[in-house]
Amino acid sequence: MATATASPKVNHIGLPIVEYRGGKSTLCAGCGHNSISERIMQAMWEMGVEPERVMKMSGIGCSSKSPAYFMNRSHAFNSLHGRMPSVSTGAILANHTMTTIGVSGDGDTASIGMGQFVHLLRRNLPMIYIIEDNGVYGLTKGQFSATADIGSKLKTGVVNDLPGIDACALAIQLGATFVGRSFSGDKQQLLSMLKAAIAHKGTVVLDVISPCVTFNDHEGSTKSYKFMQDNDEPINEVDFVASFDDIEVDYASGEVYEVEMHDGSNLRLRKLLEDYDPTDKANAVRTLMEAHDKDEILTGVFYIDTEKQTFIDLLNVVDEPLGQLPESVTRPPKSALDGLMASLL
Amino acid sequence: MLYFKQLRPRGSYQMRRRCKNVIIITLKKESSVFPELFGRELRQMATGDLALGQLEGESSTRARVINDFSINVATVNGSGSQSANSVLLKSIFGMGVPVSGKNLFPSNIAGLPTWYTIRASKDGYVARKRSAEVLVALNPDTARQDALDLPTGGVAIYEETLDLKQYREDVVFYPVPFDKITVALCAEPKLRKLVKNMVYVGVAAQLLRIDLAVVESCLRKQFAKKVKVFELNFSAVKAGFDYAAQNLTKQDPYFIERMNQTAGKIIIDGNAACGMGAVFAGVTVVAWYPITPSTSVIEAATDLLKKFRVNAEGKATFAVVQAEDELAAIGMVLGAGWAGARSMTATSGPGISLMAEFAGFGYFAEIPGVIFDVQRSGPSTGMPTRTSQADLLSTAFLSHGDTKHIVLLPGSVKECFELGYAAFDLAERVQTPVFVLTDLDLGMNNWMSEPFEYPRTPLDRGKVLNAEDLERLGSFARYRDVDGDAIGWRTLPGTMHPKASYFTRGTGHTDAGVYTEKPAEYVALMERLARKFENARKLVPAPVTVRDGASKIGFLAYGTTDFALRESIDQIEKEYSLKVDYMRIRAYPFAHEIHDFVASHERVYVVEQDRDAQLASLLKLDLPGEQVAKLRSILHFNGLPLDACTITEEFATREGL
Repeated sequence: MATATASPKVNHIGLPIVEYRGGKSTLCAGCGHNSISERIMQAMWEMGVEPERVMKMSGIGCSSKSPAYFMNRSHAFNSLHGRMPSVSTGAILANHTMTTIGVSGDGDTASIGMGQFVHLLRRNLPMIYIIEDNGVYGLTKGQFSATADIGSKLKTGVVNDLPGIDACALAIQLGATFVGRSFSGDKQQLLSMLKAAIAHKGTVVLDVISPCVTFNDHEGSTKSYKFMQDNDEPINEVDFVASFDDIEVDYASGEVYEVEMHDGSNLRLRKLLEDYDPTDKANAVRTLMEAHDKDEILTGVFYIDTEKQTFIDLLNVVDEPLGQLPESVTRPPKSALDGLMASLL
Repeated sequence: MLYFKQLRPRGSYQMRRRCKNVIIITLKKESSVFPELFGRELRQMATGDLALGQLEGESSTRARVINDFSINVATVNGSGSQSANSVLLKSIFGMGVPVSGKNLFPSNIAGLPTWYTIRASKDGYVARKRSAEVLVALNPDTARQDALDLPTGGVAIYEETLDLKQYREDVVFYPVPFDKITVALCAEPKLRKLVKNMVYVGVAAQLLRIDLAVVESCLRKQFAKKVKVFELNFSAVKAGFDYAAQNLTKQDPYFIERMNQTAGKIIIDGNAACGMGAVFAGVTVVAWYPITPSTSVIEAATDLLKKFRVNAEGKATFAVVQAEDELAAIGMVLGAGWAGARSMTATSGPGISLMAEFAGFGYFAEIPGVIFDVQRSGPSTGMPTRTSQADLLSTAFLSHGDTKHIVLLPGSVKECFELGYAAFDLAERVQTPVFVLTDLDLGMNNWMSEPFEYPRTPLDRGKVLNAEDLERLGSFARYRDVDGDAIGWRTLPGTMHPKASYFTRGTGHTDAGVYTEKPAEYVALMERLARKFENARKLVPAPVTVRDGASKIGFLAYGTTDFALRESIDQIEKEYSLKVDYMRIRAYPFAHEIHDFVASHERVYVVEQDRDAQLASLLKLDLPGEQVAKLRSILHFNGLPLDACTITEEFATREGL
């Protein structure tokens, strides 16, 4: 008789985490992006999202390769440099019933993709948009990107003399409804934010500082592991209680912002920054701007709005995926054409 | 029509009649003046030292010209003359006379000159004519030149204060106090300029003998739901009609007489027809960015989607998104096509350029999508309100790397509809972006047509595996050629099977969609794509053999060139007793019939509306070497729609006729 082996731990839809794995990463050992892929798998698994109900989107760059390294059972679209937003928009229009997660980088988002990024934000397209932010172009061997902080130094000694773009401030201002920043090395914070992101309906922008161990992890870099460990200033502790969890955590009232998500889950933000209100747009942007002046890297959930209509709501489309409607619905009948012809006679 | 193209300074001079309706001119001037005698200058001389011949078939007493002339309405952009032009066009149509209309407009919102030409043709010719016999001059800025451009014997209906009589003695003048009539009709100053246009319709109807009841019924249709607007406009038409009856004596030979050539026919523009084609293809995702002259494709599609595709609960079964630019538009189209929607965009040359990178992605990753390109004159912004066929080569090979695309080439509004919906079937069947190339002339002008027929076949959604298929098969490889047609099977996101997913990428991939840089795997992929494209020759719309007799000479053309070429072929037969053959191309890659057509003729003229002989070039790349030398080009690229005489003259010169 064979010895009974312990059955692997399964999530609430009965899948072990191995069903959320992807291919072997070809990124550098120690790359922050690999940690993010791990957290995505963990979050999807913990949330019990069916892998077949997920679309993985990306642009071009080190970050954009990573959808190959998580969730093989999900369809993936590795698109063009800076064009993940438009492709995602089309895919979501064709099937808005899917959970869509996009992985982009700082170059892919804040330089070549800026035009599409800001319009995605305006539309509040329901998807999770992750910026794996290391401040450099990795695949072309270490040029500064537009999120590199002013004064940051390349390995070669070149100093960045242009201000960095704060994708979070931009996202808040332009219409994203769940905006936060995390650090690839902060497993707990990132995992909670990802789980909340999965529960959110609308555009989620998570700017995840993800050190590039090859080109931007040295002294003088503001996107290095060391710099983040020293300068990461969380504005809140993020805790997420999924709708199917029965854990009750009590916080002293007045210290916690509790946000009920669309699916009945709870996002709990324990305030670390005095009186920080994550629903106050203007304050969120101001706080980020002030942090830049103090050379602080704020992390946490900066802004959340669970009320705003998504692009799909605005378009008022049917519940079924548009791409799967039958011909009887999509092709008007002969009488329709006959009527049109009669009107043109 | 005056003919001056072949003019050379040579002392005493005689011009040959090369083309129907061309007037024979004998110049008696000395050679010293000839260098100035080109273009319009020559026409200004027409009343002086030129001895004028007669229009064909006419006696000197000016026999009637019935249902065979053009009207040129010169107005100011933004003056609201479109409705009036449309009513006049439809009134002639309502008289049963074949008619076509062309709007020659500037890239401007208001204030610049615009011309609308209406051609009545008992023979059914719908191409542009080089000049119009009847002028309605309502634009003070261009009136003098418009009058000078009239052929001898032409007609000028004009605002009397413009005093056009001073410029010519060889045309018939009908001064009309449009402003005075309008003021009497309409107390509201804001409405006057609109009403004024309808007065000209009435004057023209009276002078050309168009039945007022027909005009009334067209007008009623035009303003179907607005009784008061109809009444005001009809009072204007009637005022013009009555004024002309009481004050103008008919002196010109141009008449519209009832025929029975338009019964059962419709009038529509190509863009509306393309939009309709898309809707009857069951399009669900439309992403676009505004650009002249393609915008009305989307407007037409959107109107129809709102009409037919909103369910009982008020929910839409479609999405129309105005994108931030053309890059985003095509990105949305491909994202939607990938996820299973029938998706489309419409654009023009500059947008095509911006879509280049994505077009290559769509080809390489094999994603369906339909792109309508309503061509305009380039390069760059070019002449955005003028027509062209100069996007053919760049579209056929749009993107970097080894890329080629299926391009459909409608030659009528009916084909805008038919190829419009066929493009969606092809895109999903072949799993690739499909381009539909029309042009400004076809897209933005009104054309008569047989009514469109409802598609006979159900939608072809192509090769898609569902969860049950996957259960039965156990696995699948997205890009594997299992059927020998070079087309793999795909799955859609959301297919509930653990084996359903695949990785879509623009990078080199194996037949399972896995990244590869292995030489043999890349070559296998590229060769399969080439085979798929080769097979598409049999899937795209076949060419139309318009005339295939025993001639040694053949013509090849596509799109709006057809209108002028058909007329030219008749001219060639009539004037030179020469029968030529003609095949109209409807798609790239070229069907084998096109190869056969070239092979069976000694000389093949490729007529197209671009400078660089793009269609001929594309043919040369495709034809066997020994056939290539048979091709010769007749090119037209001045932004105006091609006319028959241009082809006939060039052909005659080249053939030494």
